[in-house]
Amino acid sequence: MIHFNQVSKHFAGKAVVRDLTLEMAKGEFTVLIGTSGSGKSTTLKMINRLVEHDQGQITFAGEPISQFRAEDLRRRMGYAIQSIGLFPHWTVEENIATVPQLLKWPKAKIRDRVTELMELLHLDPNQFRQRYPHQLSGGQQQRVGVARALASDPEVLLMDEPFGALDPVTRATLQQEVARIHQLTNRTIVLVTHDIDEALSLADRIVLLNEGRVIQQGTPLEMLTKPATPFVRDFFGRSDMGIKLLSLRLVGERTRRGERINGTQEPIAASMTLREALSVFVARHVEQLPVVDDAGQPLGVLHFADLVAERSEA
Amino acid sequence: MTRDFVKNRVLLTLVILLIAAGSGLAFVSHAPNRLISGQGMSLASLLHGIQWLLLLPVLFLLLFSFFTPSRPNTLIVMLLAEILLFGLTSLTGHTAIALTSGDEDSVARTSLGGAFWACAALSLLIASDAISRFTKNHTWRILLNVQVILPVVALIVSGQLSELSLLKEYDNRSDVFNDALLQHLSILFGTLIPAILLGLPLGIICHRSARWQTPILSVLNIIQTVPSIALFGLLLAPLAGLAKSFPWLAEHGVSGIGLTPAIIALVLYSLLPLVRGVIAGLNSVPSGVIESARGMGMNRVQVFYKVQIPIALPVILTGVRIVAVQTVGMAMVAALIGAGGFGAIMFQGLLSSALDLVLLGVIPVVLMAVVVDGFFKFLVSMLETSRR
Repeated sequence: MIHFNQVSKHFAGKAVVRDLTLEMAKGEFTVLIGTSGSGKSTTLKMINRLVEHDQGQITFAGEPISQFRAEDLRRRMGYAIQSIGLFPHWTVEENIATVPQLLKWPKAKIRDRVTELMELLHLDPNQFRQRYPHQLSGGQQQRVGVARALASDPEVLLMDEPFGALDPVTRATLQQEVARIHQLTNRTIVLVTHDIDEALSLADRIVLLNEGRVIQQGTPLEMLTKPATPFVRDFFGRSDMGIKLLSLRLVGERTRRGERINGTQEPIAASMTLREALSVFVARHVEQLPVVDDAGQPLGVLHFADLVAERSEA
Repeated sequence: MTRDFVKNRVLLTLVILLIAAGSGLAFVSHAPNRLISGQGMSLASLLHGIQWLLLLPVLFLLLFSFFTPSRPNTLIVMLLAEILLFGLTSLTGHTAIALTSGDEDSVARTSLGGAFWACAALSLLIASDAISRFTKNHTWRILLNVQVILPVVALIVSGQLSELSLLKEYDNRSDVFNDALLQHLSILFGTLIPAILLGLPLGIICHRSARWQTPILSVLNIIQTVPSIALFGLLLAPLAGLAKSFPWLAEHGVSGIGLTPAIIALVLYSLLPLVRGVIAGLNSVPSGVIESARGMGMNRVQVFYKVQIPIALPVILTGVRIVAVQTVGMAMVAALIGAGGFGAIMFQGLLSSALDLVLLGVIPVVLMAVVVDGFFKFLVSMLETSRR
């Protein structure tokens, strides 16, 4: 979908991005991660030409992006940023309808699309349609921001630290929303973050950047288990790496199916991560937990010892 | 302790000032003709028998400063102030009629004194303070403030005040007055329109380029420091020269004196506050908003007209408001170079030491400034209520 070939960018003679070669496949969720100044934001903005690259080539849908008119290119890509950037003088509806308006969609189609998106992001259309951004909470504003980015059903969704300014609870909810939207629409998403847990839980593929270069790219599991350099190991954390690994696995994968335990313990859901399950083990001082599936039916038992088991890796 | 006892300190202060002014200064002054300075008469000497009831609102207002300013209470305070204003104004009219004993052609003059002006101003302040406590809605505030003056307007229209010197001066000069009003308004709009047409692009240039901002603002700053009379004088020679060498310009009204130099000078004075307003307005647009506008695929022109200008508009309009009020005031001085307007009436009054004639020139200008100020404030608040 998006391909970087030997791309470089200099600001005032200093290289911000150097010899970047990247491939973002169609339908893939790519997370660009790195410390501040690593060039991750610049990389993202080069995709929709908010920043023009000065060496190499970036292609989108098989064509070099320089072949597109910048405005046309941007209208084919959704864009959401940390400060949200909602237009304060427009209602929620007008904000979401920004790109469809620019594309001159018919009025009825825009209206239906806004309703659809507000429902997708759990914003009650009747209640919020005519509100102004300042009348919404931070989380609601970011929901509108995401809805606006999705409005014209873009082929690519670009997100620049979209949840950076939100409190942890709201951030987690919105991360789940984005993951759900990704599964639902199978859209190509590129997200920039410096939050390692966010990257691990959302990404199909993580690209770790430092000083404008790709240090390593791969699946979240590869980044944790096969770090290419000591920098990667340090970045993803030496001490709590095990915990991070657990957060990539679901309870259902390690449950001993069919087993039952006696007692009145409250069961845990199979869709919970092992990291959360670990927390439940420690809090309850137990070594076995009953597991139920999504429908609430008993599935089996999760044993504490199985948390360290290798069998699901195979 | 006193904090619990006095519930509305603002009201108490204003009422005490009102009592002091009403008892200390002359309420009206009377002269056999307009050339002789008048004899002051106190408020107490004008009140006979039942007329003392006119002061009842003062007593109640004093009482209300010890009550909590709840919404019903503030409304009563406003009404009391309104009744007081009406009563005192009507008293001056009746006094004037009594003093001339109904003789319409009398040359005797009854002028309004310091006590009346102070009491009227303080009543208006009390009413307006009560209104701002009563409601936060700008439209309601404006409507309520307007209705406070309506009874006084009714008095003027019904002719009850026509024996007062101020209205006699108006009667004698109503043509001149109406001309002055037109001239003053044409100076105002003649200044505002070119000032906005020049100031907006200058402000945008300053916002876009730091290199131009310093020199442009420095030049405008220097212009602002030149005294207005000096600027009128400075324009006199070049404009007269222009008109002489290009008769076509002279035919279209360009000359060293009159409306042209006045408007040029007033436009020059307007530019600094306007340009500053435009810069401040454009700077008030969050960078994230502009970034997402571009990221959504708006081109430069769309970002400017759909995003930057609408968001900056309240601040820009505040700049225009300052300029409009400033122009209404400075246009008075423009009368010195023959631009006309209320300044002409005021200077005529000053030169012939006719105080009422001076007031006839000054009061409408004050009113005009208040109206212009209120109009722009209203516009800004309408824009802001929908978004902030």
